[in-house]
Amino acid sequence: MSTALRTIKDVPKEEYFAPGNRLCAGCTAATAIRQILKASGRNVVVVTATGCVEVATSYFPQSAWRVPWVHVAFENAAAVASGIESAMKALNRKKKSDEKPHVIALGGDGGTFDIGLQSLSGALERGHDFLYICYDNEAYMNTGIQRSSATPYCAATTTCPPGKLSAGQSTQKKDLVAIAVAHGIPYAATACPSYPFDLMNKVRRALDVEGPALLHVLTPCPTGWRFDIDRGIDVGKLAVMTGLWPLYEVVNGVTKLTVQVPRREPVKRYLEVQGRFKHVKDEDVKRIQERTDLLAAKFGLGPVRQ
Amino acid sequence: MKRLGLSGNYAVAYAVKMADVDVIAAYPITPQTTIVEKLSDFVANGELDAEYINVESEHSAMSACVGASLTGARVFTATSSQGLAYMHEVLFMASTLRTPIVMANVNRALSAPLNIWNDHSDAMAERDSGWIQLWASSAQEAFDTTIEAFKIAEDILLPVMVNFDGFIVSHTYEPVTLPDEEEVRRYIPSKPLTNRLSPRLAYSVGVVGPPEYYYEMKYQAVDAMERSRQRIKEIEADFNQRFGKDYKDINTYYMEDAEYALLIMGSMTGTARVVAESLRRRGEKAGVVSIRWFRPFPFERLAEILKGVRGVGVIDRAVTPGGPSNPLFVDVASGLYGMTERSVLQSFVAGLGGRDVPTDEFEMMFSRTKEAARNGRAGPCVYVGLRE
Amino acid sequence: MSKKKLKGWKEIPMGGMITEPGSSVQFDVSAWRTYKPVIDQSKCTKCGMCWIYCPEAAIIIKEDGKYEVDLSFCKGCGICERTCAPKAITMVKEESV
Repeated sequence: MSTALRTIKDVPKEEYFAPGNRLCAGCTAATAIRQILKASGRNVVVVTATGCVEVATSYFPQSAWRVPWVHVAFENAAAVASGIESAMKALNRKKKSDEKPHVIALGGDGGTFDIGLQSLSGALERGHDFLYICYDNEAYMNTGIQRSSATPYCAATTTCPPGKLSAGQSTQKKDLVAIAVAHGIPYAATACPSYPFDLMNKVRRALDVEGPALLHVLTPCPTGWRFDIDRGIDVGKLAVMTGLWPLYEVVNGVTKLTVQVPRREPVKRYLEVQGRFKHVKDEDVKRIQERTDLLAAKFGLGPVRQ
Repeated sequence: MKRLGLSGNYAVAYAVKMADVDVIAAYPITPQTTIVEKLSDFVANGELDAEYINVESEHSAMSACVGASLTGARVFTATSSQGLAYMHEVLFMASTLRTPIVMANVNRALSAPLNIWNDHSDAMAERDSGWIQLWASSAQEAFDTTIEAFKIAEDILLPVMVNFDGFIVSHTYEPVTLPDEEEVRRYIPSKPLTNRLSPRLAYSVGVVGPPEYYYEMKYQAVDAMERSRQRIKEIEADFNQRFGKDYKDINTYYMEDAEYALLIMGSMTGTARVVAESLRRRGEKAGVVSIRWFRPFPFERLAEILKGVRGVGVIDRAVTPGGPSNPLFVDVASGLYGMTERSVLQSFVAGLGGRDVPTDEFEMMFSRTKEAARNGRAGPCVYVGLRE
Repeated sequence: MSKKKLKGWKEIPMGGMITEPGSSVQFDVSAWRTYKPVIDQSKCTKCGMCWIYCPEAAIIIKEDGKYEVDLSFCKGCGICERTCAPKAITMVKEESV
């Protein structure tokens, strides 16, 4: 059972995610990965799907990884992780190896919600002992900001631009945690690097669990969401404080809120700091507020601040 | 040693069991399914200690194999046709990442239209994938080649595909001689391979290879394939020493003084030999060449074998629409290009989608080849048995 | 700028593996920034927020517990300035070269 991290002093000082990588200035996915690896320690194997993180951290001959790391393709992080986990199990049992690192599969929203959903579902259903982390910047950012099924309602991307006939993304974000929980896995949670202790302790609880665990991490993207490069952590806080991104965990099917928001911010405050929402009309802001209010009620968050 | 009546598929399953693999990725597809079914019996009964992953697609099957192989496990999977096509992108990754995976590919036609029967279009579509491709034409050969495959893969560090004809070889029962399991385990000791994903090393695998590096990284796999020519020869000679089975890159039948011959890959070889035998009895100087190694393609030995042979009919069991010819013909023709005196090559397409090729069609193919040899010129490609 | 001699296929680790963990530290990202953080140590409460939020691990904690900026890795995003509660960090324009 890992110990919970309570103060900054508890947080391990080692950096398993090296600087000098090619992620954008102000990328909160980088912050998230630093925090994740501090929580996990170095006894891990990280499998990454094609995307921002993979491309920016493994440009030969520079690697930002100070833990074993593998990338194979876009849609198969969970399948590769399944193979690694099974191999370790077999080799341990047959006394051919004594290594037993945690297996962490890391995919963006593109590589998880869309092209990677099949292999994720397979790995979760088979019950492999691994942790799947989706770092969600809400679009295919690495290829230049195209929509994914994680792109929120009304957001602008290059493949769902606002125009005379369009108001941006017309569909609602898929509920990844619900999809994961539907597989009967023992642990799933949402997180955000703006809440580091919540995130790091969830990583630890997820790794402790025997069997599959899923972490859905919101990682605001200055480049794609169009806000100043110093605002990433603030935007993440606003996502949580509006109730748009409730921080909760589902342990053996039972949902528990982990960060309460007694007085929520109106969603307008979140939308107005992002260029990808600058075209949004009042009626859509109202729709988004109503939907967020329903979500907040579901998780027991507080009312909107007047 | 024991003799069992086994289908080609079951023979392969026995080989995988004896090879003491660590991880099996399993997904069903006709006509390979009975391989993974037999393996799951072995695992369920404790006869084979392996992690059996019921993957949710062939793409994931190969992905799981790559992950497991990088971790140092001995891995196996099986597929056919659509399954092989589905894992196409991962095949290229498996070879350039140098994973010693062994896969049985039970040759079946690619859709459309949907067809579960035998032809070589599935493997031909993966010619450039960087996999070593060997062809087996009987259940015994399927067994032996699978055992060899583990040795070859782990020596060269390239993945190996063992191909054999769907239904004809995979489902036909033949007497198969199985060596003692200890003998096999001595031949391919089940020691762990290097764990490239060990926390002790903290390597990054499967990186971005920009233009200034991709070429060299790709060439490593090209070089490995070239070096495999000599190594596979040595490994097969060693196999012969231990198990008394002499397997080669090319098998010849009545080629010592042949004037004309048919060149084939796969189980049609059997029919060709029967017809060649009867032609010989009639005084014809006919022969049969059957290719066993497709990748690396043994063009140097082929050139030696075909020296002085005036005409060769190349039978393809797949088509390359719009190509100068079809896959096997193209490899043979370019392989012989450097010869000062070349056989006339006549192209045939036969057996697509499991179409039976009876002996009279083989008589026709021998006769056309002889004609081409006598004329010094080949005719256009003959689509054997095609109805207008 | 001199052109470094690149490795050939015989020297590159098999399969293109990167065998040196964290070799990204050799890549100079410091030239990306326009602004750099300056820490007023008199205001710093050593809360550690800048350190835990920095995407680059460019905030380092010295032996004596002092928080400093590693300018070789800072991309100048300014998250540290935004998340510093006592406002001890200021983003200052880099001198032009």
